[in-house]
Amino acid sequence: MLKPDMIVNPSELKSTIKNLKDKESFTLLLDITAIDYLKFPVKQPTRFALVYILRDASFKKSVTIKTYVDDATLSVPSLTDIYFAADWAERETFDQYGIKFEGHPNLKRVLNHHQFEGHPLRKDYNITDRQICTETEGLMDEMPKLLTSKGYTQQEQDDMMYLNIGPSHPASHGTIRNFLALEGETIKACVTEIGYLHRGFEKSCETHTYSQIIPYTDRLNYCSAILNNIGYCKTIEEMLDIQITDRAQFIRVIIGELSRIIDHIVCNAANMVDLGGLTNFWFIFSARDKAYDLLSKLTGARLTNSYTRVGGLEYDLYDGFAQDLEDVLKAVEQGTVDALSLVEHNRIFHDRTQDVGVITKEFAISAGITGVNLRAAGVNYDIRKTNPYYHYDSFDFDVVLGSHGDVYDRIMCKFEEMRQSIRIIRQAMKNLPDGEVNVYAPDVLLPAKKDVYGNIEGLMNQFKLTFEGIKVPQGEYYSATEAGNGELGFYVVSDGSGTPYKVKCRPPCFYALGAYSKIVEGGMIADAVVTMASMNFIAGEFDR
Amino acid sequence: MGLGVESVFGDSVVTTKLDTAVNWARSYSMWPMVFGTACCGIEFMSVAAAKYDLSRFGAEVVRFSPRQADLMIVAGTISFKQAPVLKKIYDQMCEPKWVISMGACACSGGFYDNYTTVQGIDEIIPVDEYIAGCPPRPEAVLDAIMRIQKKSEDESIIKERAKNFKGYLDA
Ligand code: SF4
Repeated sequence: MLKPDMIVNPSELKSTIKNLKDKESFTLLLDITAIDYLKFPVKQPTRFALVYILRDASFKKSVTIKTYVDDATLSVPSLTDIYFAADWAERETFDQYGIKFEGHPNLKRVLNHHQFEGHPLRKDYNITDRQICTETEGLMDEMPKLLTSKGYTQQEQDDMMYLNIGPSHPASHGTIRNFLALEGETIKACVTEIGYLHRGFEKSCETHTYSQIIPYTDRLNYCSAILNNIGYCKTIEEMLDIQITDRAQFIRVIIGELSRIIDHIVCNAANMVDLGGLTNFWFIFSARDKAYDLLSKLTGARLTNSYTRVGGLEYDLYDGFAQDLEDVLKAVEQGTVDALSLVEHNRIFHDRTQDVGVITKEFAISAGITGVNLRAAGVNYDIRKTNPYYHYDSFDFDVVLGSHGDVYDRIMCKFEEMRQSIRIIRQAMKNLPDGEVNVYAPDVLLPAKKDVYGNIEGLMNQFKLTFEGIKVPQGEYYSATEAGNGELGFYVVSDGSGTPYKVKCRPPCFYALGAYSKIVEGGMIADAVVTMASMNFIAGEFDR
Repeated sequence: MGLGVESVFGDSVVTTKLDTAVNWARSYSMWPMVFGTACCGIEFMSVAAAKYDLSRFGAEVVRFSPRQADLMIVAGTISFKQAPVLKKIYDQMCEPKWVISMGACACSGGFYDNYTTVQGIDEIIPVDEYIAGCPPRPEAVLDAIMRIQKKSEDESIIKERAKNFKGYLDA
């Protein structure tokens, strides 16, 4: 049975986690979530359990810690004084499940609107109970508190200018709202509000079969949909204990890395538009359009591909794929060179990006930042190296590291990672094995159409899989992949039926955004804009 | 520099209806206000980029300022938290204004039939053109823009558009 690594008493929760951090250097808090066992077939000690997912300093080990929350109090101590990342993670759990975290400095909703009543991820909340929001929030409950904690007197606070950027603003890249307290153009305090694109991903997962969830994962990070497909399917395959074929693994690597390239293109192109350089955008976007032509030929869709299946892939590569792919890679290389030639030795570009939006190593780890944002700060953490999957250890590629953690580092790391991805793709294409792309597993994969129309077993098989879904063994499990933005994890709880009991996505940029306000405080508005663009916040991912 | 007509007409006077002249000008100088929230917003970026080239339709001036725009393109999911923001921006746009609802989410909530998603933006603001798809291909967006151009050509400039609309946020 799939189990969490540790079960502790709520009273020992904090001390256990503190011990893990101090003694065994579990320095990265990946995620916090809750499970509502109200309708679970096996009786549990209490209705709610909390799950904490940690990763150690070598980044190789992760641990999941579970605690049963007392039904009467529904509260546990907050970890905000141990990990910065706990701030938003606990707020989200409070918002979705109504579990209180004692000692949290600002326990309020984060995804749902402030007029919302109840807690949507509880099992007794009906999925279609919509609640209308008639006005936006002022955020004046948070701002004065924050300013006071920074030592500003009432007089000083009255003299500040308050500015709202977003949730619909060209500089906010999606639906993020930042509320700023300004002195001149300097940001003295910043409050970030999200939830404007909260689309109920996790609740929707509880009413769909495992395969029906794949299209939902596309829309988490819609700049690299396939990487999300892979992350999700890999988790379910591990729960089912299925090893996909070598060919499928290689194709996943190839298409996944291509998606990473596209993701980085969008981020860098938009970033340079924010700096005032539209030409870069044309240069690198034309390569992206080529990549989309290839993806639509392969998967039938440009953006939301739903390409993987539990147990393999939807289609094998088409004839002439290798040539098309090589054309795309050449276009990417050319686009990168062209775009870089405009900025590489450009004084304005350097002044605007270097030493701007600096993220230090220590803060990045404490805030749970992963991916390029973390590597740009100089921390050598890439799941493809620390916990290789799909033969990543057999490919020759480098982890790209920055030294300052500023905007410049993040942009350049992305450009270099695109090159590394091209390297990986070329090696994978060269060694691409023959064979099937799908495992033989009638209880997981749909039968061939000729069987569906040709014999009763095939027809039954199709029916059962479509209506009942894939039966995943009971238990709970966490797995992660290196997605476009960093560690993309899925914590899945199965009750043994064809529909997951719970799916929690650990979105990399939720934590990066949680740290954003601290990063920009003290800087200028214009710098905050480029900092935001460089950190690649994708609304579909942090809001889910 | 001219439109080329001067070689035919010289400096003679051309008479036409005011409606025709104004509508002609309007339909070829749409200023979209892109309310891009999600995946569809990314596809809209492709519409504006080199390959699909929105500027062929005179609609490339993408401004995030409602006061300058006359065409709202809602590209992406609208949640209940976002709805008042969308309404406010729509209200701030000056007449005449048109609205395109891009993608399944904006049209009907898409496959997000749950507690947070507005089941179609026409519950909040009036919509002129709907585009199917999740996300729609860029060609479909261009098609909708051409349909709006057609629409704007045979309307009267003195008539106020969509004045009988009442969404659930119009108390
Ligand atoms: S219609 Fe589809 S692509 Fe567009 S925003 Fe909705 S989910 Fe995304």
